[in-house]
Amino acid sequence: MVSIRSISSTPSSLTYHDLPWIVAHREERCTLCGRCTSVCPTEAIYLAYRRQRMPKLDILQKKRGSEYRTFVGIRQRTDLDHRCIGCGMCSMVCPNEAIGPQVNPNDERARFHSYQKGDAWKRGGRRNDRSSLLDQISFNRISMLTDPALDAGRHEFHMNTLLGRVLPPEEYIRRQAKGEWIPPVREIFPFIIGSMSFGALSPNMWLGLLQGVAYCNEVLGIPVVMCTGEGGCPPWVLKSPFLKYIVLQIASGYFGWDEIIRAIPEMQCDPAAIEIKYGQGAKPGDGGLLMWFKVSKLIARLRGVPEGVDLPSPPVHQTLYSIEESVMKMIQTMSMAWNFRVPVYPKISGSTSAKSVLNNLVRNPYAGALLIDGIDGGTGAAYNISMDATGHPIASNVRECYLDLVAQGKQNEIPIFAAGGIGKNGNPVQNGMALIMLGASGVHMGKYIMQSAAGCLGSEKNRCNVCNLGICPKGITSQSPKLYRRLDPDQVAQRVVDVFLGLRTEIKKVMAPLGRSQSLPIGMSDALGISDKDVAERLQIKYIC
Amino acid sequence: MCRLAMKTASVPFSPFSVISAMEAMKEGYDGSGLGLLLRGVSFTDYKYQTGDPILSGIAHTDAALHRLNAFMEAKGYTLKYDHEFNLNPAMIEAKDRYKYFVRVYRLPESSKKLSQGAIDEQLMLTRLALRADGEKHGGDLTAFSFWPDVAMIKEVGWPLEIGQALGLDDNRITSRICMAQGRQNTNYGINLYACHPFFIQGIGTMTNGENTAFVPIREYLTGMHYPGYIGYQSDSEVFAHILHYVTRRLELPLQAYKHVITPLKTDELERHPQGAFLKGLRDVCRRMIIDGPNCVMGSLPDETTIMVMDTKKMRPATIGGKPGEWALASEICGVDAMIPERDKSLDFQPMRENTIIVPPSRQEYTIWSQFDRFPLPQAA
Repeated sequence: MVSIRSISSTPSSLTYHDLPWIVAHREERCTLCGRCTSVCPTEAIYLAYRRQRMPKLDILQKKRGSEYRTFVGIRQRTDLDHRCIGCGMCSMVCPNEAIGPQVNPNDERARFHSYQKGDAWKRGGRRNDRSSLLDQISFNRISMLTDPALDAGRHEFHMNTLLGRVLPPEEYIRRQAKGEWIPPVREIFPFIIGSMSFGALSPNMWLGLLQGVAYCNEVLGIPVVMCTGEGGCPPWVLKSPFLKYIVLQIASGYFGWDEIIRAIPEMQCDPAAIEIKYGQGAKPGDGGLLMWFKVSKLIARLRGVPEGVDLPSPPVHQTLYSIEESVMKMIQTMSMAWNFRVPVYPKISGSTSAKSVLNNLVRNPYAGALLIDGIDGGTGAAYNISMDATGHPIASNVRECYLDLVAQGKQNEIPIFAAGGIGKNGNPVQNGMALIMLGASGVHMGKYIMQSAAGCLGSEKNRCNVCNLGICPKGITSQSPKLYRRLDPDQVAQRVVDVFLGLRTEIKKVMAPLGRSQSLPIGMSDALGISDKDVAERLQIKYIC
Repeated sequence: MCRLAMKTASVPFSPFSVISAMEAMKEGYDGSGLGLLLRGVSFTDYKYQTGDPILSGIAHTDAALHRLNAFMEAKGYTLKYDHEFNLNPAMIEAKDRYKYFVRVYRLPESSKKLSQGAIDEQLMLTRLALRADGEKHGGDLTAFSFWPDVAMIKEVGWPLEIGQALGLDDNRITSRICMAQGRQNTNYGINLYACHPFFIQGIGTMTNGENTAFVPIREYLTGMHYPGYIGYQSDSEVFAHILHYVTRRLELPLQAYKHVITPLKTDELERHPQGAFLKGLRDVCRRMIIDGPNCVMGSLPDETTIMVMDTKKMRPATIGGKPGEWALASEICGVDAMIPERDKSLDFQPMRENTIIVPPSRQEYTIWSQFDRFPLPQAA
């Protein structure tokens, strides 16, 4: 008889049926090789000796009772720190398909115990919401009447976009005649690798991305740019000719900027742009967070901080007295650092107040663009509540801002870039082109690139999401050499190239039927339709059914 | 897809000759509209004095005509000549055409003190006010143009029938330039204002083909809040407004038009002698880049005529003729119909980089290429 007291029944006691993922193990296939237990990032499983009763029906025998056999089996841990995260690495390494995580179809009691040790739950990754408005938008204005649709395979398509402040034509002509300053403008591919910091990403991931981006630019002629995120940039990149493909981000922690400023005299070229992060879609109103697990020696050196300490950035810039003043000061300071040769733009979280920031930028002659990051954006680390419930969806935010510019006739002057949820279900071109036709000049993608180029295991079904802990099983967001050596930079680079070639083909496949080939169809809202009347009305696109 | 025919000649000719060319290209339109723009106008019944503005349009009711008269009088315009068309109303589809008017006015006394620019503005605002008045009264008044030397006629139906219905074959009205467009309705509704040519402050253009970048371009032009940039019942109206914007408001040479609507590619601009300037021009005018297979023909106040193609160059527009007389048409059979007796070896079909310019002297036409040096000092 088992005594009641020996049963674990504290308030937070959980059994494997209470967890989001249940590890399914088929003992008859298991060879006890131990690979699954050694690869599991949360150590959710362990080998344990188990006893099994072997009922024996032998009528003639006088001996009573059962026989038992002892065997070695897999056991799933049930405390939250060691819960199964559904990453599936166990099944990836299993030679016999004996093990794998399965979604728990029951209620998840675990959610009720996420407040532990006086803290709220934090995670990396995404919002874990499969719904996507952008997936519902289709392109309906097909050239069928007097003009034939174009041939995506044979015609020439111009799909690059502009990043930087564009003057009104009258002012451009006047300044040209007088030899005055013309703001810098970059011609770039409209799908941009969004800001993911050197710190959030492993060195191998970063190297792979940069290699891929350089190949796209220099061999394929696709002018892809990528953004560093907060946390600086490796010195060898700063002093390399590849810097021109990089958007350097400065955020409220100013991490890495000592290195960047010191490297300016030795730079061979200018960076593509400077992004000033005021907000992030995944955690609006919250600063960046690099948890101590990831502050390795290298990261500490780049950021100018001690090793192994949490690096939270404040929610606001220290210079912030008012957003207008801060934006103006920082844009001017950053512009001046590169002698007004580099576009400088702010990134803000999607918000009902985005229009005010935009209008502020319209009046600032040095502002190069506005990047709005919607609620579906990803992050390396944030509180659950921020990721799940704080922020603004990107589509209506971008549309509103664009129409505001249209009313002022300024839509060509301040390009709006959109981020947050592009490709969240694997449809980056559908999502991105919809945003472009709603008025964005281009889109930033982070999670999609991690998933497509490096095999990130995260999904919108609460899979993995441990980027914050430095235990990324694929080595994408880890600073531990044991983990990131799993990621081959060359293979990442190859995937980056594959992805951008695929994106380019699909963009053509969207533009060709619309009869567009001469310029990116920014604001071509007459091409869009959705089978939701309210959304159609809000976005001022066609209702289709 | 619409058909275009334009003739420019030193000696005034009847618009009927251009309408005949439309007949030659008949398979290309559906009778949803004919538009005519006559420039360098002369009347047999009246000695027209160059510089007097001519108002063209349609009054659909008697009341509208009265309001028109009262409005023009109140603005100080004196009616000098009212051209009476030799009408055959039975041949016209629409039944609400009370009066087609082509009327010559004298500028108000007060205009004499104004600069030319201010007069030009006033003429445009007068036309727009008449248009707005018609729209306010259920569309009973349509105003096409109000400008010296220019008369315009637009009607729904087949070109030849409209020409005959309006008695244009009687030679009582002739011009040195005649632009004609037979319309194939491209899903923007049948509307008199949707008929080409489109006109703004002396600049007239007509186009065939659809402009798929119409909505963003329209939004951009509308956002300029310039009074004349309205309408857009047709996606092709933006071509006229862009030409107006480039030449009159940016005051750039005519050659800039092509660089705005169909800029060269980045690598081509990098090799261009004024690439840096033109790249900047492309960027600042990016929202006016057209898309779609188009041929655009236009005429300017000094009687220069132009023809350009879109970048994809899918249209076979042709120019042909002889010194003193040139025909431009969307198809070569149109040129043949307008000027059959010509040296066909001088015919030319412009490519994607070309702008055909026939100067007012009309002795020869110029084939200007975007790869040529751009004629502007600040671009150097």
